[in-house]
Amino acid sequence: MKLRLETAAMDAVTVRLFDTIDESNMAWIIAADQTLRDTLGEALIDLIPSYTTLLVHYDSQQLTFGQVATLIRSALRHLRPSESQNGQLHEIPVWYDESVGPELPLVAKRAGLSVDSLIERHCDRDYCVFALGFAPGYGFMGLVDEGIATPRLKTPRRKVAAGSVGIADRQTAIYPLLSPGGWNILGRTAVPLFEFAKRGDPLFRPGDKVRFKAIGQAEFEASGGDTTPMEERP
Amino acid sequence: MSQARLTVKQAGPLALIQDLGRFGVGHLGVTQGGAADWISFRWANWLLGNAPDSAALEIVMGGNLSLVANAEVRLALTGADLGATIDGQPLATNTSFLLRCGQTLIFSQPRRGLRAYLAFPGGLDAPTILGSRACTAREQIGGLRDDGRPLQTGDQLTWQGSSSSERSLPEGVAPAMPEKSCQLSMVLGSQASHFAGRSLYNAFNQPWTVDNRADRMGIRLTGQPLHCTLGGVISEGIPLGAVQIPPDGQPIILMNDRQTIGGYPRLGALTPMACALLAQCVPGTEVRLSPVSASQAQIAYRKQLSHWH
Repeated sequence: MKLRLETAAMDAVTVRLFDTIDESNMAWIIAADQTLRDTLGEALIDLIPSYTTLLVHYDSQQLTFGQVATLIRSALRHLRPSESQNGQLHEIPVWYDESVGPELPLVAKRAGLSVDSLIERHCDRDYCVFALGFAPGYGFMGLVDEGIATPRLKTPRRKVAAGSVGIADRQTAIYPLLSPGGWNILGRTAVPLFEFAKRGDPLFRPGDKVRFKAIGQAEFEASGGDTTPMEERP
Repeated sequence: MSQARLTVKQAGPLALIQDLGRFGVGHLGVTQGGAADWISFRWANWLLGNAPDSAALEIVMGGNLSLVANAEVRLALTGADLGATIDGQPLATNTSFLLRCGQTLIFSQPRRGLRAYLAFPGGLDAPTILGSRACTAREQIGGLRDDGRPLQTGDQLTWQGSSSSERSLPEGVAPAMPEKSCQLSMVLGSQASHFAGRSLYNAFNQPWTVDNRADRMGIRLTGQPLHCTLGGVISEGIPLGAVQIPPDGQPIILMNDRQTIGGYPRLGALTPMACALLAQCVPGTEVRLSPVSASQAQIAYRKQLSHWH
């Protein structure tokens, strides 16, 4: 961990702790998140943690740039990694099927695997939640087994259904709501990520772990899943 | 109790309920939203004596948005001149006015600026989601039905207060709408050092053209491309006004409905005042970027806010 403060905007500072993506960053990022919330209090407008940084949006009516920089430096000088770094483990049931996961065959073929083995590979590890962003409740997770890593689609879809589970390079994620997107979609979950986020209480937080579990269509439907096929093909 | 007092007889292309925005939720992946020209928005509320964060309408383009009053009401109009009329009679901007029962208020097309703000006594009624009434289409959050949709034909608008005393804008405070060109202040970010000297020179010494690929998420500028030596960066939080440089070298200014994190290099960020001005630039407007320090920008910002204290 090496602390650097960078000007991001008139009233925003990027707090940079690392230069590369690593799961072990998260214990530091979570600790810094909590410390900065406590230190800045009312002067904090927004705090957005990500893989290697935290963006601090502060109230420039209360603090100057120099003041906020001094506060951040002294608050983080003795930072120790959070001990709750592993966060919670969430098991997410996914219906992997070509109708709702149109890239299943493509990703499998690229990896030289059968569709069933691809699904096994996607389910065989716990993914770390690195950051929330892109859409309410959207968690960037990784790292995906190198053998099934697949680059983004050349042309993003205009509409990716809510609950779609996708991979892009070595990352995996769930689309909380209908949105455009360029990830390779493998399946769909009925877990209502958007509703959690909208209540201000997201299911995942940075540092949490997520494990996918393959379920059949009947179980997916029984848990309220929408089986409408993904219409648009890339 | 509120009652229906204004009916949307015809919805234009884009009229959104907005307030100052949704704050303290960036870590959920929820965007800021809020009035893009927040200065005009605040003046509209000020004209009616409303609290600064009261929900108002952000009317983009006009496009024959027609509103019919079901009771007499005092409203305030600021921002762009969208050729507004009441029963065919031209209506001035930057003023409050009475709309009488049965009268129709129509917004036709932009004459100067792009976004008009229409304030209502005490603020429009709409569900408060995560502390704000801001309507964000992309996130399906906010608006009359909390689905992120703009005003629809047949919608009924209600508000929270009664018509208040008349106020007029002090001389010279109304933000000037950009015409053919304008200057946008920008705070240089730390990644600026990764741009070649020639590109840094070009960034500040050429006119940029506001592209028609522009919405509440981001506004593209076109001109001589800028080159950054960073291929991409690891996704990180993005502030309002961030000047993002994708691989084609054409800047995208990230506005109120931007994604909360992103991975393109950034030259810096426009000041909030410059964002308000850019939000009023129609495609084709020439803009020049002008560097300011964060502390200079903060002084200008405080001065702007002091109008409403």
